[in-house]
Amino acid sequence: MCLAIPGKVEAITTDGPTGRLVRMGRVNFGGVVKSVCLDYVPEVEVGDYTIVHVGFALSRIDEETAEKTLADFRAMGVLDEELAGEEEAFARAAKAPPSPCPDGSCGSQ
Amino acid sequence: MKYLTEFRNSEIAQRIAREIAQIATRPWKIMEVCGGQTHSIIKNGIDQMLPPGIEMIHGPGCPVCVTPLELIDKALAIAAQPDVIFCSFGDMLRVPGTEGDLFQVKGRGGDVRVVYSPLDAVDLATKKPDKQVVFFGVGFETTAPANAMSVHLAKRLGLKNFSLLVSHVLVPPAIEAILQSPGNQVQAFLLAGHVCSVMGYWEYPPLAEKYRVPLVVTGFEPLDLLDGIRRAVVQLESGRHQVENAYERVVTFEGNRLAQRLLAEVFEVTDRAWRGIGVIPRSGWRLSAAYRDFDAEQRFQIAGISTRESPLCRSGDVLRGAIKPAECAAFGKECTPRHPLGATMVSSEGACAAYYNYGRFLSAEELAGAGKSASGL
Repeated sequence: MCLAIPGKVEAITTDGPTGRLVRMGRVNFGGVVKSVCLDYVPEVEVGDYTIVHVGFALSRIDEETAEKTLADFRAMGVLDEELAGEEEAFARAAKAPPSPCPDGSCGSQ
Repeated sequence: MKYLTEFRNSEIAQRIAREIAQIATRPWKIMEVCGGQTHSIIKNGIDQMLPPGIEMIHGPGCPVCVTPLELIDKALAIAAQPDVIFCSFGDMLRVPGTEGDLFQVKGRGGDVRVVYSPLDAVDLATKKPDKQVVFFGVGFETTAPANAMSVHLAKRLGLKNFSLLVSHVLVPPAIEAILQSPGNQVQAFLLAGHVCSVMGYWEYPPLAEKYRVPLVVTGFEPLDLLDGIRRAVVQLESGRHQVENAYERVVTFEGNRLAQRLLAEVFEVTDRAWRGIGVIPRSGWRLSAAYRDFDAEQRFQIAGISTRESPLCRSGDVLRGAIKPAECAAFGKECTPRHPLGATMVSSEGACAAYYNYGRFLSAEELAGAGKSASGL
C-alpha cells in the first residue's frame, strides 16, 4: 500500500464516472497496465515516467531511475503484491494465515 | 536469496559499508521510520553490513500495524452489514480484529472487495446506487492524496452512498513522540522517501533543530538505504543535526503542492490512537467539517465495540523500537505469520513478519557472529 511504483504514461484517458472530472491516464508498470489519476501532476505527458501511490501519480521521474527502481522492487518481490488485482489479492489472503486468531485462544497453528 | 548476495557483494555497496566503518568512532542508533524500509533492510541484510555499534532501530511506519484494533473491529462490523460493499487495499484483508478479519467476513457472505485505487470505489458507488460503498482509508501521507480525492469527487458527484472509514496517521508527530519518550535511544532518523514525495520535507527542519537530531530523507532500494545510513553517521560524527535529502531523484523540498492543497481542504489534524503505542496528540487526519457527511463512522454509528489484544503480544514495544522482534517471548512460537498475535506479524511491512520471513530468530549481535563464521557463502 505504501510503496510508490514508477511507471510510464501510455495514454491520457477519460475512463469512468470519475474520469470525466479528473485527468486520468493508463500507466504501464513493467508490463502491468493500470488506470491512474494524473490530476496531481499536470506537467506529466504521454511518454513520461511518474511514481504512483495507490492509483495516483505524485511526481515525475526520469526513465533510468524508473527502470532501475522497477527492477529493484521486482527483485525484492514487492511489485506483484502492490499491483495485485482483486482476485490475486484474495488468493494471497487465502494462502496466508488460515486462522489469524488474535489472542491465540483458538489453539490452531 | 540471489538478489541479496548480488547486492552485498556489489562494489558500490561494499565501498559505502567500508566508508561507514571508517567514519564511525562510537556506537549510534538510527531509526528507519518506514515499514517498507525495514523490509528492505532485513531482506538485503543491510544491518549486518554495518560496523559493530551502528544499530538500526525499526520504527512504527507500517500503517497496517498501527491501525487501531477498534477501527479494525468497526471495519468488520460495517463490512458484515447487508447492502454494504466494503472496499479496501489488499493489505488489510488479514489484519486480525478482536474476532476475525475482513477475509473471514467475506467468507461469511460480506461483500468485501479489494481495489487498486480509492477511485475504483467511487466508480463502484455510481454504479450501485442501492448499495452503501465504504472505503477503508488507512495509511500515512502516501495514501492520503488518493483518499482525499475519492471523497472530493464523491462530493462533486453528489454521491449519497459513498463514505470513508478514515484512520490516517502522520510521520512527523510519530517521530516527535519517539524523541520525547522516556529512555529514547534513537539518535538519527531515516525519513520515509515516499512520504516525502507527497509532503516534501519542509515540515522537518524545526524537529531537527528542537531535538538536535539528524534527519535524512531516504529511498527504499538497498543502495539508497546504505547511503542514507552513511549520511546519518557522517552528521552524527560531526555533531551536525540537519535535514538532508538523500533521495533527490524523487523528493523535493516542497513535495506535491497540489496534493497538499487538497489534503488541507479534505482533512483536519486530530489526535490518533496507534495500535500498540497509544494516543499520539495531533498525529492523524480525519475528514474536515466540509466532508464530515462522508465519514463512515458517523454514517454507521457502530457502538458496543470492546477490543481485546493478546496479552503475549509485544508489538507496541517493537513499533516503538524498544525491542527487536526476536526479543519477544512469543516470536516464532505462539506468534507466526500463520498464527499472528499482532499486526506486526501480519503485514508484509511489519517488522515481526520481516524478521520471521527472513529467518531472523537471533538478535543482530548473534547474527553478526554467525555471519562471520559463514562468510564466503
